[in-house]
Amino acid sequence: MYIASARETGLEAQPRRGGRRVAGNVFALGAVSLVTDVSSEMVTAVLPLYLVLQLGFSPLQFGILDGLYSGVTAFVRIIGGTLADRWQRRKLMAGLGYGISAVAKLGLLGATGSATSMGLVLAADRTGKGLRTAPRDALISLSSDPGTLGRAFGVHRAMDTVGAFLGPLAAFLLLWAVTGGYRAVFFVSFCVATLGVVLLVLFVRDHRQPAPPRRSVSLRSAFGLLRDKGFRRICGWAAVFGLATVGDAFVYLLLQDRLAIEPAWFAVLPLGTAGVYLLLAVPMGRVADRIGRWRVFVAGHLALLAAYVLLLGAADGLWLVVAGLAAHGLFYACTDGVLMAAAGPLLPAGLRTSGMAVLQTGQALAKLASSVLFGAAWTVWGMRTALVLAVAALAVVVVAALIARPLRAERGVA
Amino acid sequence: MRLGIKVATALGATALLGGAATVYTLDAMAGNPEHARPDVTIAVDRSAEVGLTEPGRLLFRSTAPGPDHGKVASVPLADPAGPRRISSLSCDRFYAEAGTGLCLATAPGLMPSAVALRVDERLRETERVDVAGIPSRAKLSAGGRMATWTTFVTGDSYTQGSGFSTRTAILDRGEQAYLSNIEGIPLTVEGKPYQAEDVNVWGAGFTADGKRFYATVSTAGRTHLLEGDYDAWTARTLLENAECPSLSPDGTRLAFKKRVSGDAARPWREYVLDLATLRETPLAETRSVDDQVVWLDSQTIAYELPRDGGSDIWAAPADGSGAPRLLVEWGSSPSIT
Repeated sequence: MYIASARETGLEAQPRRGGRRVAGNVFALGAVSLVTDVSSEMVTAVLPLYLVLQLGFSPLQFGILDGLYSGVTAFVRIIGGTLADRWQRRKLMAGLGYGISAVAKLGLLGATGSATSMGLVLAADRTGKGLRTAPRDALISLSSDPGTLGRAFGVHRAMDTVGAFLGPLAAFLLLWAVTGGYRAVFFVSFCVATLGVVLLVLFVRDHRQPAPPRRSVSLRSAFGLLRDKGFRRICGWAAVFGLATVGDAFVYLLLQDRLAIEPAWFAVLPLGTAGVYLLLAVPMGRVADRIGRWRVFVAGHLALLAAYVLLLGAADGLWLVVAGLAAHGLFYACTDGVLMAAAGPLLPAGLRTSGMAVLQTGQALAKLASSVLFGAAWTVWGMRTALVLAVAALAVVVVAALIARPLRAERGVA
Repeated sequence: MRLGIKVATALGATALLGGAATVYTLDAMAGNPEHARPDVTIAVDRSAEVGLTEPGRLLFRSTAPGPDHGKVASVPLADPAGPRRISSLSCDRFYAEAGTGLCLATAPGLMPSAVALRVDERLRETERVDVAGIPSRAKLSAGGRMATWTTFVTGDSYTQGSGFSTRTAILDRGEQAYLSNIEGIPLTVEGKPYQAEDVNVWGAGFTADGKRFYATVSTAGRTHLLEGDYDAWTARTLLENAECPSLSPDGTRLAFKKRVSGDAARPWREYVLDLATLRETPLAETRSVDDQVVWLDSQTIAYELPRDGGSDIWAAPADGSGAPRLLVEWGSSPSIT
């Protein structure tokens, strides 16, 4: 089926390096992500405690800082993606992003006391994340055979998730060993992040086309990609699916609410999802390569729908936790890397980064909006009604996607 | 660059960064108070044990550097600077009342969790409850029947993935009842029935009869003083911007901390509220008090203030007059027998 999609973008001429193998560059990027994720998840795990307990921030101040977090990335991402394409320097832009985040970890050591300095440091950290994501995914996509993109992204995301597992573990070990050891956590996190940058510099190969004519790559050309029917569809559907997706935090809260889970176990719930994701990312990527990425993407949302229905009362007890988290992890395995794999071949190589940035930003903004809406619905009508609405919305979108069959061309063999 | 050189460079960088991380961590571990050299200016009385029944003693958690860091200790109330007795019970927060104690301690492990212990007059464990989160407040009602404590928990704030919230528990020894999180109590805010998902409750304390309790409730970015009816299981707010209330021995006044400044370094000031008139009086202590204070008698409150590497216990008149005085160096969580 990839032949059909490749034809659209003229990628069929690319030689199939090593047939079914995943490119070394993908493993290199995966290793960088793994190490970097250890670093960033270390900080994420202890930051709320540090801000509130150690620095005496009020929950409100903390909420404002936290909101700043997500807002910053959306727009930096598109600008960074465009610059990477214009200069044809994807590795440089990704490296800049990883580097800024690493230095920000050191900044955490310095920014004690004032909310302003802490806000600036966190904004820098998020800017780094915004800058690096699209060039990294573009490099994965450009380094891989179009026919095995799903598997390539699966490998990358699985490696990334290993880092997400190890980070909190490392952080809490350190906090346990060092009384009030937040600074030790930040310093170690800085060291780990720096190692990530070193690995990127040494082992990741850039993928450069001849630099495009001056000014031919701009924000306008990035958004101009949406004129392409195939890409516009994928962005549109990703955003619509994003709008019908309830944020992760809600899923865990709902689980806890349904089961009255011991609070001590609450922090373990996301690890359940991550574990399933870790195990299934590569297999689902391969399935996507074989039967069509869009199908797997939609199937992933069916799994999410199943998780919501389970939460609504279709299951109880241990069965609910196991099946719910399995479905939630399956959702990630079927959608996160798979969407990028589906989008890659639709984007001209010279604008790959810009296009991925546009897609990621659109999806992120849609998810942000859905979180706000779901939170409001929860507050106004209560948990159950909000969840019923979410189930209905997601069901409508899934059915619509099945009927509309976007990306029909990609389905090829179907 | 050849692959061999790259791998060698990567290994070198790993060794260098790993070394830096290890050195920093070991250095920080050496700074752990329990590993630090004992403060020799603190006189310790090893001849007697800490007990909760001997009248006229001030109990507290020792914060002095050295192996006794975090242990429950006591000094004579008449001579709080005198030699301190030190127990083997380690807590992050401790409260004693009527021959019984409540110890809230961090439980070792990979996830932030805690344990609440009820102890007898010789600090022997009589009841143990596993609690999620980081210890914050612990209090017993006069007579010792009602125990309440608060922990900080991360991850279950519903608006943000990485938010934090508080959990306040009640352990009723009389009824053998345990409520692990009281934030679901039917609530009236400023006279109107109120329901929201972002309700957090912390810093609770009971009246002597165990029928009512006071606490802080926060929702929609504001904090309120909450008065709860334990038997009817309802609560209402009395006042905005009041945290960590502490009821006076005669039950007529509440000491509380009020957020008076946007400065994150020193946001709070201690006040006393007359429950009959709802009149607030700022106390003479102008430094930022982040504590649930205790009443030493009906005229005096005691509280902890941070110092480098630990904290001290201070006392101030409860009517706003006079000046604060240093009660116990290197101590926190004061209470009296």
